[in-house]
Amino acid sequence: MHDAVLELQDLSIHFGGLKAVEALDLQVKEHEILGIIGPNGAGKTTVFNLVSGMYRPTRGKVLFEGKAIHHFPAHVITHHGIARTFQNIRLFQTLSVLENVQVGMHHRLTTGHGTWFWRAVSKIGYFSAENKQRQDSLQILEKTGLRQWQSERASSLPYGIQRKLEIARALATGPRVLLLDEPAAGLNPSESKELMELVRRIRQQFDVTVVLIEHDMKFVMNLCERVMVMDYGQKISEGTPEMVQNDPKVIEAYLGEEWNDVEVS
Amino acid sequence: MRPKKLSNTTQTILTFGLVVLAVLLLLLAEDNLNTYLVRIISLTGVFGIMAVSLTFVNGASGMLSLGHAGFVAVGAYTSSLLTMSLAQKQTSFLLTGVAFPLNTELLSNMPFLPATLLGGIVAAGVAFVVGWPSMRLAGDYLAITTLGFAEIIRIVLLNASRFTNGSLGLKGISPFTNVWWSWGWLLVTLLFFASYAKSSFGRALRAIRDDPVAAKTMGINVFRHQLVSFTAGGFFAGIAGSLYAHWLTSIDPKPTTLGMMLTFNTLIMIVIGGLGSLSGAVIGAGLFAVLSELLRVVESDTVLFGFRIAGISGMRMLVFSALFILVMIFRQQGIMGRKELTWNALWQKIPTSGKRGNRNA
Repeated sequence: MHDAVLELQDLSIHFGGLKAVEALDLQVKEHEILGIIGPNGAGKTTVFNLVSGMYRPTRGKVLFEGKAIHHFPAHVITHHGIARTFQNIRLFQTLSVLENVQVGMHHRLTTGHGTWFWRAVSKIGYFSAENKQRQDSLQILEKTGLRQWQSERASSLPYGIQRKLEIARALATGPRVLLLDEPAAGLNPSESKELMELVRRIRQQFDVTVVLIEHDMKFVMNLCERVMVMDYGQKISEGTPEMVQNDPKVIEAYLGEEWNDVEVS
Repeated sequence: MRPKKLSNTTQTILTFGLVVLAVLLLLLAEDNLNTYLVRIISLTGVFGIMAVSLTFVNGASGMLSLGHAGFVAVGAYTSSLLTMSLAQKQTSFLLTGVAFPLNTELLSNMPFLPATLLGGIVAAGVAFVVGWPSMRLAGDYLAITTLGFAEIIRIVLLNASRFTNGSLGLKGISPFTNVWWSWGWLLVTLLFFASYAKSSFGRALRAIRDDPVAAKTMGINVFRHQLVSFTAGGFFAGIAGSLYAHWLTSIDPKPTTLGMMLTFNTLIMIVIGGLGSLSGAVIGAGLFAVLSELLRVVESDTVLFGFRIAGISGMRMLVFSALFILVMIFRQQGIMGRKELTWNALWQKIPTSGKRGNRNA
């Protein structure tokens, strides 16, 4: 029984004396869009690194569909169905847009690595798999509105498109949970609005749960159904955008006096 | 307007035509050229195999390996010991005698093909064992580790006298390698790596080269993919080693025969050809083989103003080094860069008619 698709229990990681994340409990419900906010250095990205397997927690657990996954290496966690994007874009620069997405699909071939490897090299019984990978990738590009860019090199794309491609590539791994690390960073207001639409749309089309880190308050408050606020590695508030906005602890610790200046609709 | 791309069928036909043309040219060469030139042509093929396998590991997978000669040496020794006759082995292992598995009839007098394959397999096994700890490293660290392992392999060959005849080396290896073996194996090597590079696995390797962290989060087992690529490189290095040994007819564990020197020569070929480009590697190997013969002039005795200047052996390597530095300064990406010479690329280059090209479809 698990209506929480992703659950963090007492999750902690310490780097020497620094408690980057401390005793974090969180339940992510199936199909929701959850926002994580907090001042710089609050440990938001570290949470993503813990969930996606880049770090091992010092203490605590990450449960995915009720199963502990925090001790798995990063690629195995992706196989289980958690995909992420990066704050500083990490596309495969020399590969084309289509190839970037195809790489996201590659891991499906590697169950039974050996046989598929020989098929891929000898081309015996391989073309149908390669073709399917290509078609599926094109479909993802279609759904994310990147089809027209398919043969461009990733490094030559405009910034906003690179951000989108990061999401498309993560979707290609076939995730149940999508972790987006500052997807709207560096986007102008209209691009940011477009991205909001995209996130809503992919949640429907790909049936995923979305967890996102973002500094753009308008973006978070408009898009997310629930928001968790972190400061100094700990959760200080959690709830609907309205609840969080009115939480005195949040106002004090994070938003402070600036809160009145930020327009929230 | 003509079509932008050639159809797959056209490309296959062109490639097939090129292979037929190459066969005809080789036939012609074998009949009309002198033995010396024919030997250089077969050496070019052997160098091509070394260069193609190294460029795939270094360029396409982004693992700077300097241990190639180690695997070449393993392949060379394995296959030579298998093709030598028992009597031959017993006479050359004067000091120590031949150790057990090699002193049997089963592992002597073997035909060239199975011996070469076994050479490749043993080299691949060694590459796997060397790769297992090395693949956890990247960049310069990997380069130094693989260089160290290659040296270890050489030292083992030098000291395991009952298996390798130590510093005396192996002599009287049958000169099996001809243009057909070397160019045939080069074709196999090219087909293998071209197919590997074009597949999803090749794409994954390029992704790892671009960003290993992102590749990991895409669900790619980076360690395993790199180890497979490294082992495949080792296999073909072993094949090249077997061909090289049966071309030289005598091998020994000196650094200049099957040691560091060979790795660096191969590096020169692939950097000049364009790191990561399979067709570039073949071009680089061809240039290297031809140039090193042409440059024999600088090593021979010369008469200057009535004085006779004795040739200095090794002078060629100085010229190569200078050439290498020039390439580094003026064309870092080498001849081909990371591009491949494909029919499509040629089709787009040549405006109207008369297209000729290299291998690689």
